[in-house]
Amino acid sequence: MGIIEAKSLTYTYPIGSKPAFEDVTLRIEKGEFVLVTGPSGCGKTTLCRCLNGLIPHFYLGKLEGEITVAGLKVSDHPIHELAQHVGMVFQNPENQLFALTVEKDVAFGLENLGKPREEIRERVDWALKTTGTYELRNRAPYDLSGGQQQRVAIASVLAMQPEIVVFDEPTSFLDPLGARKIFEVINSLNKDLGITVILVEHRLDLTTRYSSRVIVLDKGRIVLDGEPRTIFNSEAVRLLGVGIPKATRLCQILKPKGVDLGRTPLSSEEAYELLREALKQ
Amino acid sequence: MIKIEDLYHTYPNGVEALKGVSLEIQDGEFLAVMGQNGAGKTTLVKHINGLLKPTKGRVLVDDTDTTKLSVASLARKVGFVFQNPDHQLFSETVEDEISFALRNFGYDEKTVKERVDWALNLLDLAGYQKVSPFMLSGGERKRVALASVLAWDPKIVILDEPTIGQDSQQKERLRQFITQLNRQEKTVIIVTHDIEFVAECKPRMVLMAEGKILADGEARKVLTDPELASRASVVLPEISQIFLRLENLGFPRDVIDVYEAERLLLKRMG
Repeated sequence: MGIIEAKSLTYTYPIGSKPAFEDVTLRIEKGEFVLVTGPSGCGKTTLCRCLNGLIPHFYLGKLEGEITVAGLKVSDHPIHELAQHVGMVFQNPENQLFALTVEKDVAFGLENLGKPREEIRERVDWALKTTGTYELRNRAPYDLSGGQQQRVAIASVLAMQPEIVVFDEPTSFLDPLGARKIFEVINSLNKDLGITVILVEHRLDLTTRYSSRVIVLDKGRIVLDGEPRTIFNSEAVRLLGVGIPKATRLCQILKPKGVDLGRTPLSSEEAYELLREALKQ
Repeated sequence: MIKIEDLYHTYPNGVEALKGVSLEIQDGEFLAVMGQNGAGKTTLVKHINGLLKPTKGRVLVDDTDTTKLSVASLARKVGFVFQNPDHQLFSETVEDEISFALRNFGYDEKTVKERVDWALNLLDLAGYQKVSPFMLSGGERKRVALASVLAWDPKIVILDEPTIGQDSQQKERLRQFITQLNRQEKTVIIVTHDIEFVAECKPRMVLMAEGKILADGEARKVLTDPELASRASVVLPEISQIFLRLENLGFPRDVIDVYEAERLLLKRMG
């Protein structure tokens, strides 16, 4: 059984006239790094909200079909129970942080679960160290830079030791270097800790290199699902207006004009290597 | 015309966000302000619509010192779209949101309706009139915020991170629209981290670091200077990263755009 399994999932918001997504069937295995992308308004965020039970428990509305996350049927388990298995990190950390110190913010979820003091201490310290925010533990979250805030938001999710973490455009308020740091933290959660990562993104140039799978949504349906190189090479992805990395795009437009580099590069380093080889000949 | 003369700004908490910035922006120009978080970009542009007043120095909009004007009177001329749409949106429907400022400026209902429809079409939001902005996706809310400002047709448009949450088609629409505004002699200033968007648009670029202007010039020049990029902690566009390394194979180094790269490579390999 996959760590996430959805069967014919359809959801309509309480005041929506048509479904936000429709007939989504999906299986994600433990340890995958899945990039979810698609045109603005395609249902990406809504789908994420199903993974930790915000849909249907908080947003209500009509959820049809079946979804199981970490072995739990989402509709049968409350949000606080699902939160121990699925963490969520949003676009804007300001919307997520609220305590007076970083440490208190990170401890909040565990305190709510009534965990013993020693265990809270240990898990909070571990989460702070893993995200490189241990030195900030006594600072006020609102006093930190956007990048630091986002790492604290990740730490507070991580402290719950979830098997899955969902990131919904976690770097849109950050500069590219700050963003890269966040993506490296996310990558190490996946590669070093084996956490299943679902990353919703438009900035594919910075993220594709970490992912093992890309899912493209359009108008509430999954239209493409597969290995990044295969997906980016398809004609469909171009027509959907998915902003594939520029290095990938360059090699793609060269191909029909007789310059075939053999492989689809996912980064500028890779594109350079391939071009250098080709230029030698 | 916007004229910024030796501008300093210190926030009440003592942070010196701007330390001597001078800049002239002509009517009809397209300017991108880039730099790391905390470099002073947003502080700088907030002086143009008078949200902030200089601690030292002067800001002139069409020859009038902004300290002599209220934010409300400047607003008619300078439209400002915030980074986070949730700081801006407050109405119950998209239509109300976009008509709000128009009604405040005293337009008659017929004009209000025309302008609202025009802005909705422009930003690919037709059919959303009666929808609550809070039911929309992040990218759609951002476009509602853009529509609500563009609707009143300000002469200077300042967009803080306009491409957040936008897919490549929406970005292309935005690019075309900015070009159109420029043709009508309107000034567009964007604050952005989206280096690939800047590489495609090729505007005049101001690169900031630690409250100062580090470079001011054509995007093509600024975005192909690795030394400058590292001083400003900016990551260069992917195409530029490729061509900086291809230079020793006889290619020009100042290439930032996919189609230009394609042409150069085909000339050699095709």
